[in-house]
Amino acid sequence: MLIKKPDDIKSSEITPQSIYEGRREFLKGAGIVAGASLLPGIATAQVGAGLKAPAPAGLQASPAAPWLREKFTSVSPAPDAEPFFTEEALTPYDDVTRYNNFYEFGMDKSDPSSNSGEFKTDPWSVEIAGEVAKPGNYTLEDMLKPHDLEERVYRLRCVEAWSMVIPWVGFPLADLIKRFEPTSKAKFVEFETLVDDDSMPGIRSRFAIVRWPYREGLRMDEAMNPLTFMAVGLYGQTLPAQNGAPMRLVVPWKYGFKSIKSIVKINFRETMPNTTWVDLQAREYGFYANVNPAVHHPRWRQDMERRLPQTLFDRKVIPTLPFNGYGEQVADLYKGMDLSRYY
Amino acid sequence: MRGVRSGVFVLALVPFGALCLRVVQNDLGPDPAKELSLATGEWALRFLLLALAMTPLRVLTGRLEFAQRRRMIGLFALFYSSVHLLVWMAFLLGFRWGAIAEELVERPYITLGFAAYVILFALGVTSPRVMVRRLGRNWRRLHRLVYAAGVLAIAHLVWIVRTDLVEAVAYGSVLLGLLAWRVYFNRGAIFRRLA
Ligand code: HEM
Repeated sequence: MLIKKPDDIKSSEITPQSIYEGRREFLKGAGIVAGASLLPGIATAQVGAGLKAPAPAGLQASPAAPWLREKFTSVSPAPDAEPFFTEEALTPYDDVTRYNNFYEFGMDKSDPSSNSGEFKTDPWSVEIAGEVAKPGNYTLEDMLKPHDLEERVYRLRCVEAWSMVIPWVGFPLADLIKRFEPTSKAKFVEFETLVDDDSMPGIRSRFAIVRWPYREGLRMDEAMNPLTFMAVGLYGQTLPAQNGAPMRLVVPWKYGFKSIKSIVKINFRETMPNTTWVDLQAREYGFYANVNPAVHHPRWRQDMERRLPQTLFDRKVIPTLPFNGYGEQVADLYKGMDLSRYY
Repeated sequence: MRGVRSGVFVLALVPFGALCLRVVQNDLGPDPAKELSLATGEWALRFLLLALAMTPLRVLTGRLEFAQRRRMIGLFALFYSSVHLLVWMAFLLGFRWGAIAEELVERPYITLGFAAYVILFALGVTSPRVMVRRLGRNWRRLHRLVYAAGVLAIAHLVWIVRTDLVEAVAYGSVLLGLLAWRVYFNRGAIFRRLA
């Protein structure tokens, strides 16, 4: 795997965003913007300082346990280069948090943000099961305690042909997995989302064709890839419910539906797990679901994408890249596989 | 009756006006092309079902106004379908004709929607009184296809369902109810033809 170290970067790659951040830092040092940056609240003042993408000013952070907020005071900023950072324009906070799919909360893109008000992320626990030396029920705090949080700016490509650029906060999934000591039989990792009738109206629907819980999975080597990320925040803040609080997967080279939200179970298995979308439409969705412009999808074009946000007359339609542009890091995982068959 | 007529006309334009306002105010969210596509598709289907409901409403209420508004409402179904089609061509596919042709044949849900559109278009073109007169008995035969358009539009909607059928079931039941009413109401003629 090849990851550019910061000293490899040409000065031409330094983004306007980082220049902007740099200037902000300078001004802050000089105490000039103290008023502007302190207004949102003392508690959040140092949160996100120095990040590539701090929270927008005045943001009311979603409620989170004090220990979790504490963790967010020391997030290390994303590096300056691909693959953990991209210079492409960020999708604004409001669009990331108000336009997405989370079918447990409804079918429309605005449903997750409108309907997730009852969702509770504290207390939260995660079951670790299957082929591991240390199975058990872990509280979220136990899960996260040993991990330092870092920022990563990734592209997210939805199978519906839209895409965003999102600054996540979290830690590598590999670090988490190692702690539970998977056995040699662990070939796949399976994830499950919470099912809660009370707070998730989509689950209560009588016409849902999904067998809840939402389920996703990765091959072990995919899960251990340094790009694979467990996110607990975005834009320097804890995740809002609609984006998969308190903890979600981010697999940037796969279609968005692989990046399962609000995880309550991680199961290590010898056999390939059944995933929600394969279950629903095996002809359209495969287990791998790598972003691939060459594989035809019956409903949506996969050779281009609408980069959001856009306006009607300033449409940012860009070609979709194999592996969502992360081929250099992940193509080797699939060497010798016929990707038009294992889509 | 002019008042009723222009009243219905203005009312039918309200959703369009509201959408135009959102366009002008840039209030369609981060993916405006998709948002417009969904909204216009939904209004096209609503007007189509509404047009189909006019005859049953006339029979049930005995009020002629319903029958007199049927054509206008049907034309609004065509109007919203046309905007829906244009939005798709212009904003989702950027008038790339190759891609448009490809989509029409490669995506079954698009093919279904387009088939529905072709029917609505044919009905719209033959809706003026001169055409009614000119086509004579064939006019009724042709315009019975409106039910086929309804079925195709529902199939188009079912095909894009992600995880929940509630919308498709709701609109589908309305169509099914209207079809059932029509069969029941015309049962005499249908039986005679079958006999
Ligand atoms: C002219 C050819 C047509 C094309 C190219 C077309 C295209 C589309 C597209 C791209 C979508 C969005 C699909 C998605 O969710 O990703 C859509 C949705 C829809 N279309 Fe069409 N369509 C056509 C004709 C029609 C007609 C004639 C009707 C109804 C009379 C209709 C009703 C709908 C409805 C109800 C939706 C779903 C709206 C929603 O989910 O809120 N379409 N169509």
